[in-house]
Amino acid sequence: MCLNVRLRMIKFQSLLRQYWPTVALFAALLGLWQLAVSAGGIREYLLPAPLSVWNALWYGDIAWGQHLWATTFEIVGAFVMAAVVGVALGVAIAWSPLVANALVPFLVFVNTLPKVAIAPLLLIWMGYGLFPNMLMGSLIGFFPVVINTAVGLSQVEADMLDLGRVFSAPKWKIFLKIRIPNALPYILSALKITATAAVVGAIVGEFAASQRGLGYVIVTTQSSMNTSVAFAALVWISAVGLLLYGAVVLLAHLWAPWAEGID
Amino acid sequence: MNKELIDLDRVGMTYEAASGPVEALADISLKVGRGEFVSLVGPSGCGKSTLLRIVAGLRPATCGTVQVNGRKVMRPIPDIGMVFQAPILLKWRSILDNVLLPAELAGKDPRAFRKRAQELIEMTGLGGFAEKLPRELSGGMQQRAALCRALLLDPPLLLMDEPFGALDAMTRDDMALELLRIWGETGSAQVPRKTVLFVTHSIAEAVFLSDRVVVMTARPGRIAADMPIDLPRPRTVEARAAEAFGRLSLEIFRTLTGRTVGGVTSS
Ligand SMILES: Nc1ncnc2c1ncn2[C@@H]1O[C@H](COP(=O)(O)OP(=O)(O)OP(=O)(O)O)[C@@H](O)[C@H]1O
Ligand SMILES: [Mg+2]
Repeated sequence: MCLNVRLRMIKFQSLLRQYWPTVALFAALLGLWQLAVSAGGIREYLLPAPLSVWNALWYGDIAWGQHLWATTFEIVGAFVMAAVVGVALGVAIAWSPLVANALVPFLVFVNTLPKVAIAPLLLIWMGYGLFPNMLMGSLIGFFPVVINTAVGLSQVEADMLDLGRVFSAPKWKIFLKIRIPNALPYILSALKITATAAVVGAIVGEFAASQRGLGYVIVTTQSSMNTSVAFAALVWISAVGLLLYGAVVLLAHLWAPWAEGID
Repeated sequence: MNKELIDLDRVGMTYEAASGPVEALADISLKVGRGEFVSLVGPSGCGKSTLLRIVAGLRPATCGTVQVNGRKVMRPIPDIGMVFQAPILLKWRSILDNVLLPAELAGKDPRAFRKRAQELIEMTGLGGFAEKLPRELSGGMQQRAALCRALLLDPPLLLMDEPFGALDAMTRDDMALELLRIWGETGSAQVPRKTVLFVTHSIAEAVFLSDRVVVMTARPGRIAADMPIDLPRPRTVEARAAEAFGRLSLEIFRTLTGRTVGGVTSS
């Protein structure tokens, strides 16, 4: 057997060795929970058993597909908006000291605002709909992208910039060929934060006002006492969040393989 | 046309560091003619890298005048090949793409230079590593890649800062011979020799390669001696055994260390 094949097997085995405690703990908790609820006589509306949550996940009364779609749409929209606006602002800040002086204090101020408190305002200005929730998500998530983009674009070794100057490269070309690739790992690591923030923002928006979405489902269960549905909605939300996060990790793997293991 | 390509007149350089001013160079007057191969040797920290940067126009001298090609140097000068002391490869680019970078930065079509890049990569013994990322190469291999990058556009002036510093003795000799070939040692009248300003810590290398060896003193760097190396060309590895080679090396060694051989301090 070749060494690299054996190494790969060892890698798989060590993965197994590394993660079996996680899996075991998770399973044990689920088992305990199930046992506590069914044997301990905890009422379903206080704490539904894992099995009821599992059933609620596919519950016919709730149009899960519709809600899932609405929330996913908001989250992905929020993420894309935060990424595009964040990178654009970061580039503008790194490009021009004038823009940096004008923008940075303002952005820091916006960032210190508790964005959650703006949710009711967004409702007044834009009414019900997916867009205000999307906006909430991107408001929470765009700031780290701006900062990391600007930092990644400026933290270039002085020698590398000299290299560009030796070949009389124009400023935009140095951005394109040296600064932007240099910033890519920074941007991607900010996007991991943004992926989580987009989920929070979208759900907060739905809490404040909405007629659709997984956040909305959770709000309605308060009156119906249908706690297992609330749990099921949580499971769906984390599934969407995890998928988005995984997608960013995958992108980082594809776009910046040289920076592997940096964050 | 001006005979001298590089003309430094009483150049001085003082860095304004946070801890106070650092005088790196003082009173450097140096002329390098077209097609000349000139080496700089001197103790670590004497300002050799600084001097190359000043000639390249990457940093202004704080006093004196710097002329290249008859023109005062105010900004980075065009059409040079520069090997920095560190390889400075872009870590997200393959070796081939790193070597092609000058073409891209200078707004030329990199496809037109692929063949040239491949030849250089082969010549420096990096064949088979063209598609690898820099981190997959050893320090000496990265240094050779940086050499290929400097040579890609076939510049008439080469500024090289210890380009072979990380190489083993044998590879070093091979590279020295290749460099002489590229410089145009056996060249014809149609292809004029390049001009090379070459920094090294190896006296033997300096003598082997150069038309002149300039010896610098410790900080602030001044010129201690400017020695013509009148050994016949083309030079061969065997020529190192010649008596003149040893004599010149010894002389440079003495100027550099201020010692006579045997450890007796000269007065
Ligand atoms: N950017 C800088 N700021 C302040 N001081 C500097 C800077 N660059 C170099 N120096 C100082 O200038 C002096 C000369 O540096 P330089 O790098 O030119 O030396 P060198 O001859 O190339 O040395 P080595 O052989 O070790 O490469 C050193 O004393 C160094 O501390
Ligand atoms: Mg140096």
